[in-house]
Amino acid sequence: MNMKKPKTARRTAIYGGGNLYALVFMFVLLILWQFGAMKVDAAYILPTPVQILQKLWELRVPLFTVHLPATMMVTGIGLLISMGLGLFLAVVMDASPIMQKCIYPVVVASQTIPTTAIAPLFVLWFGYGIWSKVLVTVLITFFPITITVYDGFRTAKLEMSELLMTYGASKWDIFFKIKVPCALPYFFSAIKMAIPMSIIGAAIGEWLGAQSGLGYFSRRMMTQLDGAGVFAPIVLLSAAAMLAAGLIGIAERRIVKWRGEL
Amino acid sequence: MSLLEFKNVSYRYEADESDTIDNLSFSVEKGAFHSIIGISGCGKSTIFRIINGLLVPKNGEIKVGGESIKNRKNYCGYMPQKDMLFPWRTVGQNVALPLETTGGYSKKDRRELAENALADVGLSGCADKMPDELSGGMRQRAAFARTMLTGSDLLLLDEPFSALDFLTRISMQEWLLEQWEKHKKTILFITHDVEEAIFLSGSVFAVTDTPIKSLAEIKVPAEYPRTRECLTHPDMVSLREELIEVLRKQVKAE
Repeated sequence: MNMKKPKTARRTAIYGGGNLYALVFMFVLLILWQFGAMKVDAAYILPTPVQILQKLWELRVPLFTVHLPATMMVTGIGLLISMGLGLFLAVVMDASPIMQKCIYPVVVASQTIPTTAIAPLFVLWFGYGIWSKVLVTVLITFFPITITVYDGFRTAKLEMSELLMTYGASKWDIFFKIKVPCALPYFFSAIKMAIPMSIIGAAIGEWLGAQSGLGYFSRRMMTQLDGAGVFAPIVLLSAAAMLAAGLIGIAERRIVKWRGEL
Repeated sequence: MSLLEFKNVSYRYEADESDTIDNLSFSVEKGAFHSIIGISGCGKSTIFRIINGLLVPKNGEIKVGGESIKNRKNYCGYMPQKDMLFPWRTVGQNVALPLETTGGYSKKDRRELAENALADVGLSGCADKMPDELSGGMRQRAAFARTMLTGSDLLLLDEPFSALDFLTRISMQEWLLEQWEKHKKTILFITHDVEEAIFLSGSVFAVTDTPIKSLAEIKVPAEYPRTRECLTHPDMVSLREELIEVLRKQVKAE
């Protein structure tokens, strides 16, 4: 009767109490970095965390009003396209073994392409606008979504579908009442994985050629030998990734009421 | 009147070289409680899967309620060995599944019918619980309530109590008899537990050979309503021993 309780307790341990250790550990690392960098005393190569924060504050207007929105735009669009594409491919592969045989190797092969090496081509094809970056993002993130959601579909037990079939269920019933709930936890894991990857993808795209965005900004600071200026947008990138993953985590806990074995 | 009729039914699994079921005919009277016993792997579950339409026989005809089962839906309630409660649905939503697939019920109707069905199996107030909050016996009762909501007169129960501990199992057996007497359903019950078979059923179908060519019908010498005391009656004891002997011979023959 009380099986719910340990589960909740475990969750708090992971999401609440456990974070304290991580925070303390982070803080220690930052202090070490601070003193290390102060000793090296070469801000153009190794700025201290305090200098980075100062820089972030100085540059807050262009960073927050121009470059962060630009990068988030690329990330958002890229993620949406990846989700659409990934879900579509997962559904198709699950529905037809022949399609699975066709698509799966291609999807895996697409991941062997060194994205950073091929990205300049995208700039050639699509110009300096947003779409070359979106393409880099999609190329990096659709893979984990496709594979993870496909695996999620496959955890659906045949016996469950059979039981529903004896109730006169249609293919749609089986898809929505069994496949989708089975894949839902996997879908959230995939999104949590894909968010940081899509931000990395966007930043790579911007590094290679852009007119705005945090990746572009970081690179511009590099040419000016401004160490703290290189770091400041990167700090912003990881903060954005953590925030987004955190929000998805909250949504997940609301929507997915169960996890674990069937 | 017979509710279920098998006429010269044969079935062969694709990978097999010989039939699992060979020209089998039998019938089940309306309102009867029959057990099918046989050693594991003899094909008794195959019989169920043919009745519920998951497998299509290569020839022969099956009638439920006088009509062929071809292209029919919702003519039997199948309850598999595992309770198969979906962990992402509440108990109430699980129980209402057959109503959802049949269609034609509003959300409110479904909820009401599910709550009634749960109350009927002694699980009132459990509709909003998640399946993992229920014990093994309660889960099986919820699964039974779900089977009842298929609305079919014919219930196919495939070893529903085999995963339960002994004491839960015997109380579930008594409970099942009560349910059967109350709802006047026709029940086919697969088990490999001879005692369970003779305690529950009016007559036992023993699978004595593979491929299954016929089912040996053995009347159980006891009247309903029954209590477990009837199992100590000499006739029942000798029937039990007889059936065990039949099954053991088969195990040796394999």
